[in-house]
Amino acid sequence: MQYSKEVINHFTAPHNQGVISNPDGVGMVGNPTCGDLMKIYIKVKKDAKRGEVISAIKFETLGCASAIATSSMITDLAKNKTIQEATKITRDDVAEALNGLPPIKIHCSNLASEALVAAIEDYKKKK
Amino acid sequence: MKNNKIYLDYAATTPVDAEVLKTMLPYFSEEFGNASSLHSFGRNSADAVFNARLNLAHFFKCTGEEIVFTSGATESNNLAIKGVLRAYNKNNKKLPADERKKPHIITTVFEHSCVLKTCQKLEKEKKIDLTYLPVYSDGVIKIADLEKAIRENTLLISIMYVNNEIGTVQPISQIGKLLAHINEQREEKIIFHTDATQAVAYFDTNVKRLGVDLLSMSAHKIYGPKGVGMLYVKKGTKITQIQDGGAQEFALRAGTLNSAGIVGLGKAIEVLEKNKKKETKKIKELRDYLINKILKEVSNVRLNGSRSKRSPNNINLSFSDVEGESLLLYLDAGNIAASTGSACSSGSLNPSHVLLALGLKPEQAHGSLRISLGKYTTKKELIIFIAKLKKVLEKLRKVSGEILKEYYSKKK
Repeated sequence: MQYSKEVINHFTAPHNQGVISNPDGVGMVGNPTCGDLMKIYIKVKKDAKRGEVISAIKFETLGCASAIATSSMITDLAKNKTIQEATKITRDDVAEALNGLPPIKIHCSNLASEALVAAIEDYKKKK
Repeated sequence: MKNNKIYLDYAATTPVDAEVLKTMLPYFSEEFGNASSLHSFGRNSADAVFNARLNLAHFFKCTGEEIVFTSGATESNNLAIKGVLRAYNKNNKKLPADERKKPHIITTVFEHSCVLKTCQKLEKEKKIDLTYLPVYSDGVIKIADLEKAIRENTLLISIMYVNNEIGTVQPISQIGKLLAHINEQREEKIIFHTDATQAVAYFDTNVKRLGVDLLSMSAHKIYGPKGVGMLYVKKGTKITQIQDGGAQEFALRAGTLNSAGIVGLGKAIEVLEKNKKKETKKIKELRDYLINKILKEVSNVRLNGSRSKRSPNNINLSFSDVEGESLLLYLDAGNIAASTGSACSSGSLNPSHVLLALGLKPEQAHGSLRISLGKYTTKKELIIFIAKLKKVLEKLRKVSGEILKEYYSKKK
């Protein structure tokens, strides 16, 4: 099982890692049995032209290299996107942006898009 | 080690000892004869194999005819279990139908996969009844459980000597004594097999004292080459070959002998025998230093398996709030090689069956790290490792934050 260079880059130096203290939405997915838990925090700003835009996003993850790399990647992909655009980011988009994941990881450690959707749902509920 | 790399995965494999390599080299291109050939080329190979056999016989305190060379411990374990079953079935077929019995095998829940999968498959094919002995939080089986598990139709007991993941030692010689006693009363003797792959370098391997009929081992765990191993087969043990072909190895293992590999194994055993006591002591001291230091200086860590009934070279730890594959790859990026029981590293979806058998929670099994020492390990390497480990843990624990705690508090 080999990871792409992009996965290793995001894993060893994750982007947007940490906590947002007053988030507008939070999503947590995964479970300790599989070994991966992910939490995404978002801040949403209203933009006159574009509508609701994710202005800040951070993550916390307990998991393997691929779990950390996909978390990091989704924060890059979702930042400055509208919530409609962000909801459309799929597992495949994340895997593709990382130049692929080992087949076994596609399912077990690629939960980041679900964590993001959960955070957006949470934001909508709180609205 | 080269490039300042620190290798702490000796339970996975070891480098070939320089002396072993030197002894092997002529047997690739100069003395390349087939040990079964009658001409001088063949005789030279056969002589070299003979000498290696004697080295092993001396080490295991048996005769040369009781040493069967194989391709490694996986093959030895397959041969031990399937070969005993095949011999039993051959005999069983001769009996009247109402006297035929389905044989029973006893093993443990935390054997190496080559034993576990062999037994599971035979059970699935309805060729055997199977009992798994449980293992307790200390990583050791209980003899009372074994005694209770023995049935009238018990054919074979297969229990590993030292567990490959957590390094815990099973009471092999005590089991041997118990079986000798039980077998006295039985007409059909129970055969006792142990997978001693991880034990050979550090523990008593006198097969008479252990009371085993079959013992598996592999050369590459003791600074010999990969692709060669041995099955000790006590004289008189009812076993047949499982691989059809020539009559090599007393008709128990068909196939041209791997003469260079066997020469390597013979030399590796000789070198091991010479230094075993000294090295065991040195490695044990290093292990204790490492365990003490980590338990004292690292937070939220547990040692998996008994501290005392443990191989001198094994340290298996679980760290909370980190996942093993991440830990392993961060250490690897820092030039340190170790191993983990996390699912992710193994290419399967489940964490280590060994750690779960000890009663660990899945996240504890996912967060495990196995460090295994060897004869080239130095204290300096361990000091560097501990410093690196602390840094890596700090980094990964920052990434995971309080997520696990939160998960459980929400679940309540």
